[in-house]
Amino acid sequence: MLLYILKRLGLAVLVALTVSALSFSLLFMAGDPAISIAGENAAAEDIAAITERYGFDRPVLVQYADWLVSAARGDLGRSWYFDLPTTEIIGDRLGVTMTLGLLAICFALLLAIPMGVAAAVKPNSLIDRAALFISVVGQAIPSFWFGLILIVVFSIKLGLVPASGSSSWKHFILPTVVLGYYATPAIMRLTRAGMLEVLSADYIRTARAKGLAPRKVLFKHALRNAIIPVISLAAVQMGFMLGGSIVVESIFALHGAGYLAWESISRNDLPVMQALILVFSMFYILFTFLADVLNAWMDPRLRVG
Amino acid sequence: MTDTTASESPAMTLSKAAPKEAPLSPRQAMVRRALRHRGLIFGALVMGIVIFIALCAPLLTQYSPYDQDLLARMKPPVFLGGEPAHWLGTDALGRDFWARLAYGARISLMIGLLAATISAVIGSVLGILAGYFGGRVDMAVTFLINVRLAMPVVLVALAVVALFGGSLMVVVSVLGLLLWDRFAVVLRAATMQVRKLEYVAAAEVLGASLPRVLWKDILPNVMNHLIVIFTLEMAHAIILEAALSFLGLGVQPPTPSWGLMISEGKEMLLFEPWLITIPGVALFFLVLSINMLGDGIRDVTAPEGRN
Repeated sequence: MLLYILKRLGLAVLVALTVSALSFSLLFMAGDPAISIAGENAAAEDIAAITERYGFDRPVLVQYADWLVSAARGDLGRSWYFDLPTTEIIGDRLGVTMTLGLLAICFALLLAIPMGVAAAVKPNSLIDRAALFISVVGQAIPSFWFGLILIVVFSIKLGLVPASGSSSWKHFILPTVVLGYYATPAIMRLTRAGMLEVLSADYIRTARAKGLAPRKVLFKHALRNAIIPVISLAAVQMGFMLGGSIVVESIFALHGAGYLAWESISRNDLPVMQALILVFSMFYILFTFLADVLNAWMDPRLRVG
Repeated sequence: MTDTTASESPAMTLSKAAPKEAPLSPRQAMVRRALRHRGLIFGALVMGIVIFIALCAPLLTQYSPYDQDLLARMKPPVFLGGEPAHWLGTDALGRDFWARLAYGARISLMIGLLAATISAVIGSVLGILAGYFGGRVDMAVTFLINVRLAMPVVLVALAVVALFGGSLMVVVSVLGLLLWDRFAVVLRAATMQVRKLEYVAAAEVLGASLPRVLWKDILPNVMNHLIVIFTLEMAHAIILEAALSFLGLGVQPPTPSWGLMISEGKEMLLFEPWLITIPGVALFFLVLSINMLGDGIRDVTAPEGRN
């Protein structure tokens, strides 16, 4: 078990390093970064001063190593726009995004697992077909459009919830639905497939044969086993969601890290962008690592891999 | 579609007349399954309509998607009491909404096809090599897939478009370079299975060169997976382009993109909700039809693995 975790951890660190190199190279992809700070028409002295200050004249590898060392210390550079440490700016905003991500994944699980179980108990029934229909349709609805439609219906026509902002819990309802429904089809399909497989297993037949209540068989024996891959999928989906929250946050003007990313792009604030890409990647890597460990812990057969 | 129906009818009559004596060839059986698959038919039909609209856009409307008519701004569509001259109404700049929608179909389809083609090439090469060679090659490819998955697609795409400017080429390239992961994952697994089969070993023993084995023995046998993933990623690319354009960092105005149309309509959300409803519904049906087409192809080519 320990060896397996160490292996996974090593892989995660390698992936993280590669991603960090890629996100660092972003700074140099569009030409001289000093010009992007100073603006197209800046004087040569200004550009020289900025090059001097940020050390852009050093070899790229040295700059990367420097950046990496300070990143490891928790310093991800300074924002060009605010002239504040990026970690401070992002830290302020991350809470909203994390809250949204957690709410959304809970919403998705609460919706998808019961639907998946119901669909698996009676395959090809009306419930199964309805669940399949919802998942096929759900996958085709663009989230930004879905968000706007929800605003029109629930905020403007019915006046039930606020359309934008992040000051109260009510502001989180619509974004949670929009972000959560996106993960629902995948979780539902996996729950259904897992339940179908488990329900045909011998120990379920035994449990039924010895006269256990159907509800007990379903939830205590079947769902417990079928849920393992679902939980790890949920962790991975959570990583995807944080990265995808940018669209949802910008529709609802939720002041989270995703919205910050969008603002930073329009402000040409590359260090914040860079740091955000890195932070979101790290969350994804962390979540997939946790999912792997969780899986191995719950299912010893996986530890060999 | 017309081609398949033509070859289908003799098979149908034959099997009705003598069901046991004339077993269907695998291809005939597949065609029969395809024609019975409602999702596949629906997907093919809707997608066919969108392709027709995209190709024949100049014949379907007399307006140009760029011409503004400031005296005819925000005319409602016919079903909301508008005039037949602009049957889907006009937008905030007085451009004919139907013309923008029809020409926008070209943008969506083109971006979807090109981006999915780029990622199909990258992903299939990586996946097939990993699946065929295994060992270190496999480890390297798996590592690349992990790195790619760790990068937040929307964020990276936005950053690249912001740095390089939002032209059609930039959007297509960045989406193509980001969406290859599923191709690699699926083709790697499929190649691993095919690689163990006897005809591959036979080809190797007969002295077939490596490119020949990969091209003639492996590729045709993982093609059905490739096509299915292609449709899914095409739909994915279309949705992402719309999302990027919606955020203002995709295709730039005045290009008629459906995502851009939704973004422009957002300002008038309160008073003219149809401005976002129409392109949204169009986007929904296009993506739905591509997905159903893909699911249908999977069911028809591999009926045993449906659940």
